[in-house]
Amino acid sequence: MVFPKDIQERRWFKIVMQLQPVLALLGALLITSLVLLTSDTNPIEVFRVLVVGAFSTPIKISDTIALTTPLLLCATGLVITFAAGMYNLGVEGQMAMGAVGAMAVTRMLETAPPPLVWALALLGGILGGAIWAIIVACLKLFGRISEIFAGMGLNFLATGVCLYLVFGPWKRPGTASMSGTQPLPEHLWLPTLSGLRLAPLGPILALIALAIVWFVLARTKWGLSIRAIGNNMNASERMGIPSTRRMIEALACCGALAGLAGALQVLAVFHTLIPNISSGIGLLALLVVLLANTRAAWILPISVLFAVFTVGSTQLPLTLQIDSSISGVLQGALVLTALALRGLKSNKA
Amino acid sequence: MEVVVTNLTKTFGSLRANDSISLRFAAGQIHGVLGENGAGKSTLMKLLSGFLKRDGGSISLDGQVVELDTPAEALRAGIGMVHQDPLDVPAFTALENIYFGSQRHQLPSLQAARKALLEQSQALAFSIDPDTRISSLSVGQRQQLEIVRLLICGARVLILDEPTTGITAAQSRALFNALRQLAAEGKTVLFVSHKLEEVAEICHTVSVLRAGKVMGEGQMMMPQPQEKLLELMFGTAASSHQKQTLRQRATPQGGWSLSNVSVREGPINLQNISLDFRGGEITGLAGLEGSGQQTLLRLLAGRIRPQSGQIKLNGVDVTNCNSRELLQRGVEYLPADRLHDGLIGSFTLTEHFALLADNHAASDASQANSKQTAQDSKHKLRRLLVDWQSALQAAEQAIAAYRIKATPSSPIVSLSGGNQQRALLALLSNKCQGLLLEQPTRGLDIASAEMVWQQLIARSESGTAVVFASADLDEILEYSDRVIVFFGGKVSAPLERAQLSHSLLGELIGGVGF
Repeated sequence: MVFPKDIQERRWFKIVMQLQPVLALLGALLITSLVLLTSDTNPIEVFRVLVVGAFSTPIKISDTIALTTPLLLCATGLVITFAAGMYNLGVEGQMAMGAVGAMAVTRMLETAPPPLVWALALLGGILGGAIWAIIVACLKLFGRISEIFAGMGLNFLATGVCLYLVFGPWKRPGTASMSGTQPLPEHLWLPTLSGLRLAPLGPILALIALAIVWFVLARTKWGLSIRAIGNNMNASERMGIPSTRRMIEALACCGALAGLAGALQVLAVFHTLIPNISSGIGLLALLVVLLANTRAAWILPISVLFAVFTVGSTQLPLTLQIDSSISGVLQGALVLTALALRGLKSNKA
Repeated sequence: MEVVVTNLTKTFGSLRANDSISLRFAAGQIHGVLGENGAGKSTLMKLLSGFLKRDGGSISLDGQVVELDTPAEALRAGIGMVHQDPLDVPAFTALENIYFGSQRHQLPSLQAARKALLEQSQALAFSIDPDTRISSLSVGQRQQLEIVRLLICGARVLILDEPTTGITAAQSRALFNALRQLAAEGKTVLFVSHKLEEVAEICHTVSVLRAGKVMGEGQMMMPQPQEKLLELMFGTAASSHQKQTLRQRATPQGGWSLSNVSVREGPINLQNISLDFRGGEITGLAGLEGSGQQTLLRLLAGRIRPQSGQIKLNGVDVTNCNSRELLQRGVEYLPADRLHDGLIGSFTLTEHFALLADNHAASDASQANSKQTAQDSKHKLRRLLVDWQSALQAAEQAIAAYRIKATPSSPIVSLSGGNQQRALLALLSNKCQGLLLEQPTRGLDIASAEMVWQQLIARSESGTAVVFASADLDEILEYSDRVIVFFGGKVSAPLERAQLSHSLLGELIGGVGF
């Protein structure tokens, strides 16, 4: 929808455009409320549970942080590819291959000192994710396949690899099962805070990664050239930016961060490789980045908000007898309304 | 069907693409519409065929005022347009295109469509195999198919936009015969072209558009003298001769030297070109748009590679250098579409300088990578970071020196065309050896255009080889030391400015003598 010029010039229109994030949230709450009302549920009560649920007990809080960690890592990586003008839908697969990489390292080094194993396993995860992303880059640049489809294809392939490992070479002794490969020996689990399921190393790494990426995009020449190719590939080429190389680098960085997230899921959360190790977190991170656009500073609050909704929603079946998937409705509606508002704004230009 | 347009107006932003155009196209005739690229021909045709909505004026068909808001509506009213690149579905066969491209209920079945297709194409002596896929048809055949489709859909007015571009001579003849036949049957044919001979060959009337306006006395009966049409298309020659500035020419040295270069890009095929573009000289590339000037510029910029031959820059063989390598050797290319290919719209001027600082730093580093000390590594680290301070300074200096109406932090997209071009010039490296420009002053106001040329002349005087393509004859004549004329992919010998006159150049551009 394009507004006529005279409306765009009016003051109320400009004010409305300034209040975009608030409007997006209100719109999302409205849509979700409509969905809830069709099933005779009180929306206010649901929203209360969603938010309060995530903070109800120390365990819930630690769960929220544990979920924020991979979400934040994936979203941080996606900010880079987004800035470079690419939609890296392969982030799920990159996360899964990171998990595979980490698992492979731990299986090889079971008797080595744990800190060394952790370091190498995280490195393995980074490598696994980066390689999976570089395949996407090669398909895009040399095979002329859009990174969207290449990424999705490789997601399926990554799931296949995980399934093969779970039921094949890495299966539990005795019978193979969907619940995962042979678990890590307990001394290789990342240490957790006492009484909680949260390993503090994860969120610390995620925050460091976010800070670095924010700094790199805002302050370094590399980051500037990434943003340049994302905004105008032709002009960047003309000015001598090696755009092909930058695209590969951006995808590799994103893959590395997603791989790190996958490795942490293995070392700190599941302690085994499960078939669906990425559990949709990569796709949720895409939503986070769609909302944040390329503003890295927004990644943290939005990731936390999404994690709060997701963890809070697990309370819904218990307290209100409705399914927890309503958090997905809320997250999706939020992104849709934000994108719609952004569309209106850009039509103005 | 008689088509009458009255005071038809269409604006894009500040550009008046059609400025109160009034014309009458009688039935049973072929009407030529002449004009340079950007004169507003396509806009007028798109208004008539419902692809664009007019801002003012009216269109009437056989005396009835009509609203043509969509192409489908225009076709129902009887107006069909054949685009330069026909709008069809490549994955479909010819028959399927006819079938799905027809109005609902017009063709009840594929059999009916096949019959209609064969009958209509036979009537026009076209040869179209109904079962061939569009993707394996030539442009000429697709055009024939599109004409057949429009006729089946009941078009009584047929608009052809530059129909002879990209088709063979035999196909042109077939097309012309078909058009004559259609006119004889009482159809109205609008023939849009910038090729004078074609218009002279088949049109009954001609109208010339320039800068969105109808020139001369409006619609004129053919034949008309060629010089008159050229003058209407390109403007009068009166003032241009006095404007010629006498300037100091540096002794030509260095620059490009092309020997037996052949290059192909799309329909353009430049064969065995041997030319020199010397440092300190300004060479103007004249010709109708798409005659090969852009191809030559892109070749020199390293965007496309020659098929054969050798290109030297300052005596060094650069035949196989890509654009980035050439940039490092001081070759800069400023494309016509500044926002699409030249600058990054959402970036500020400061960000552009920061981005380019990277290049310069990189080439400096490669020159002086001898000593490695502890201090150097600290330096290296700093090199990774954007030096916003000096980028801002550079932007401020550029704004002052080039009188750019902007702040260092305004996004480039918010600048006017003239200021964008100034920014492009300000961003050129000081070490620029060869400067390639496409339409350097298109869309600029007079002050900006003059500013641009002051800068280009200064560059040339400092020894840079400047090569520019322009659709503006006055500009070519005023600023070039030498002129090369392009026509349909053929290249003239370099012509010294002194040998040229406005009318001679106009004739060459129109293809006389090629």
